[in-house]
Amino acid sequence: MDMTQYLDVFLEECKEHLGNLNQQLLVLEKNPGDLVALNEIFRAAHTLKGMSSTMGYEDLADLTHHMEDVLSDLKEGQLQADSYVVDTLFQCLDRAQLIIDQIESSGTADYDNQDLIEILSKIKDGHYSDAIPVSEERPQLNVKNELEASFDFALNAYDLTVLKEAVLKEYHIIALRIAVDPGSLMKSVRAFMVFKALEDDCEVLKSLPTVPDLEDGKFDQTFDLIVVTQTPVDIIIDRLEHISEIKVESYQMLEVDQLATSRPKEVEIPAKGQPEESTDIKKSHKTKHTVRVDIDRLDNLMNLVGELVMHKGRLGQIATSRKIAELNETMEQIDRVSTDLQSIVMKVRMVAIEQVFNRFPRMVRDLAKDLNKEIEFLLEGKETELDRTVIDEIGDPLIHLLRNAVDHGIEAPAVRVANGKPRRGTIVLRARHEGNNVYIEVEDDGAGIQTDRIRQKAIDRGLIGSKEAEEMTNEEAIELLFSPGFSTAENVTDISGRGVGLDVVKSKIESLNGEMQVESKPGEGTRFKIKLPLTLAIIQALMVSVRDEIYAIPLSSVNETTILLQEEIKMIQNQEVMVLRGNVLPLYRLDNLLEVPGESQSEELYVVVVRKGDKQVGLVVDTLIGQQEIVIKSLGKVLAGIPGIAGAIVAGDGNVRLILDISTLF
Amino acid sequence: MQEVFDIQSTDEFQDGNEMQVVAFKLGNEEYAVDILFVQEIIRLLNITRVPRSGENIEGVINLRGNIIPIVNLHFEFNLQTSENQEAKRIIVFKLDEYQVGIIVDEVSEVLRIQGNNIEPAAKVYGNLEADHIRGIAKVNERLLILLDLAKIFEAGW
Repeated sequence: MDMTQYLDVFLEECKEHLGNLNQQLLVLEKNPGDLVALNEIFRAAHTLKGMSSTMGYEDLADLTHHMEDVLSDLKEGQLQADSYVVDTLFQCLDRAQLIIDQIESSGTADYDNQDLIEILSKIKDGHYSDAIPVSEERPQLNVKNELEASFDFALNAYDLTVLKEAVLKEYHIIALRIAVDPGSLMKSVRAFMVFKALEDDCEVLKSLPTVPDLEDGKFDQTFDLIVVTQTPVDIIIDRLEHISEIKVESYQMLEVDQLATSRPKEVEIPAKGQPEESTDIKKSHKTKHTVRVDIDRLDNLMNLVGELVMHKGRLGQIATSRKIAELNETMEQIDRVSTDLQSIVMKVRMVAIEQVFNRFPRMVRDLAKDLNKEIEFLLEGKETELDRTVIDEIGDPLIHLLRNAVDHGIEAPAVRVANGKPRRGTIVLRARHEGNNVYIEVEDDGAGIQTDRIRQKAIDRGLIGSKEAEEMTNEEAIELLFSPGFSTAENVTDISGRGVGLDVVKSKIESLNGEMQVESKPGEGTRFKIKLPLTLAIIQALMVSVRDEIYAIPLSSVNETTILLQEEIKMIQNQEVMVLRGNVLPLYRLDNLLEVPGESQSEELYVVVVRKGDKQVGLVVDTLIGQQEIVIKSLGKVLAGIPGIAGAIVAGDGNVRLILDISTLF
Repeated sequence: MQEVFDIQSTDEFQDGNEMQVVAFKLGNEEYAVDILFVQEIIRLLNITRVPRSGENIEGVINLRGNIIPIVNLHFEFNLQTSENQEAKRIIVFKLDEYQVGIIVDEVSEVLRIQGNNIEPAAKVYGNLEADHIRGIAKVNERLLILLDLAKIFEAGW
């Protein structure tokens, strides 16, 4: 059977599974007993194995098969997810990525994975090649009791899920040790009576020994139960004590945190303080019904919807001019449907930023390890949605900022402790919606930006003079970070500081019609704030006309508009200028710039003050038509790269209008 | 070089090979293009001038939400355009990676041309100037200039 037609789907899914594996493995590393993560990892690895062997990529199948072996031992508690095991698994994922990359580029894979497979086998056999001792306290499903009695239950994932549910519904979880009088002749009957007594308002989740054993009387003087109930514990105990020959020897209310912390092999049960955790877990369990769609098809759909809306407008005009009531009613219906249609199509193009964020935890972890730093990496607002086009572009700038935060921001643990900070640094990557924008922040609690060092560096590099440096405010000094070829790390490391600096990040963000800001407090940390439009496909624009032609200027480059009389224009060195609140701005006439045929008649000139880099420039147009939301379209390959033209739009009347690109117009 | 070109051309238009073309007029001359490249033929609609583009670019049109550049072949071939606006059409071509349109003065018809009725360009013209011409087709008493679209649109910019 020819599998090549499935190759794209296979690769796509492999990448998804690998991403998921990386993510869950990080969770597992943090919390070696996290059964949910472990199950997720197991499932993903299993799927990966199945897919690759179906597609005939035996190398990959073999590798994942051995991973699966180790994972299943982890699941059964025969192995512990210590750092060596996790590292090895990470290495396997990296190798799998390499294999997949190779498959993508050449269609075949040829990797010798024997080295990793050997390590995996050794781990499975319990022989660690690096002789890392198996930790003495092997995690067990113990409930350590502060009271004398210790309960020892083997809880499986199902039990834990039930417990979790119980906690959410505010049930009590009680561990009971019940003693049967040694003189009792029919222990099994007594046990049965205990169950009978609990039957009404409690659920016996677990018993030790098991229920059949109890019924056969196969137990000593005591047996243990975990009971989930809403009834107060004293009532239950009272009830049990009324059964003859039965005594409740000890009991313990199992607390949520206890389950979470004292039992590493268990699912973290959400305590009150962390409600997000629980929703997270729930979300990941929700099966999503999705269809993969080529982005081109979505673009086409969007085009067609745009057309529909346009023709609808024309139809509406006919309806009003001809005064046909029946048509008017129908038009209103069509109006409603097409508006819904439009917003759905827009939504379909939106992608959760999760897609970009998910690869960062692994990256930060690896970086931190390389640099011997301890870093807690937090992601917030992963579900924030952005247009696909922005998502594709935002990855690299964020990588750069995160690398910066790890490398320059967070101090070495010893330094942090010396400064009275927690050993572990924290980096937060946060995304949120606000109006028509998305804000992304990279925040660290590191040393902050040391403006003195920036000043010094700038002087050394000849960017500014020493006098200038002294007069500079701290904010201005921080701005220097964005000048080309600037890097303040004392050691040029592999991670950052190769001169490809923040200036690149900034210009990238600006090319996405975004803005970037830095806030920094010495000793407390730094925050990079990026503001991005929700979508690149739709922007706000100012429509202007020059003679018969109409152009759109992105509102993000417009500062203000003003009216000017012909005689207010001054000449400086053959350049037309205007004075705006004391500032002298150069004036450019759009008709000259674009060689628009015809002459301007008007005495009054409209000036659009636009931003080009840091400078303001006045753009003279005939009239201002107004602000409008426009859907950007590319001019296509044939007309790409015309300076000053950023793209085109289809206006309401069906005509094509061009969008000006201010940065390349003059 | 001349040799090679000849051989290729004759191969292309062997006897018995039939091709369908769309015939149209530019000024007084009749041209034809392989119908496989033609996406559609539409009436003239508003063409938006694109400043700073080449002189051979007439502008862009909106075809059901797609922006399509329109090339001015009259300029390219140094031909007069006809006064009759009614008969003018835009022919939109679909090439590998892009769409592009041309304005023609009149679309005549769709024709089947036999391979042996096509004279390779190189035999008629010299070898250099005729780069954008695949050949000359004889249909009854008419002569149609068969255009090589890929060459034209590549060379234009």
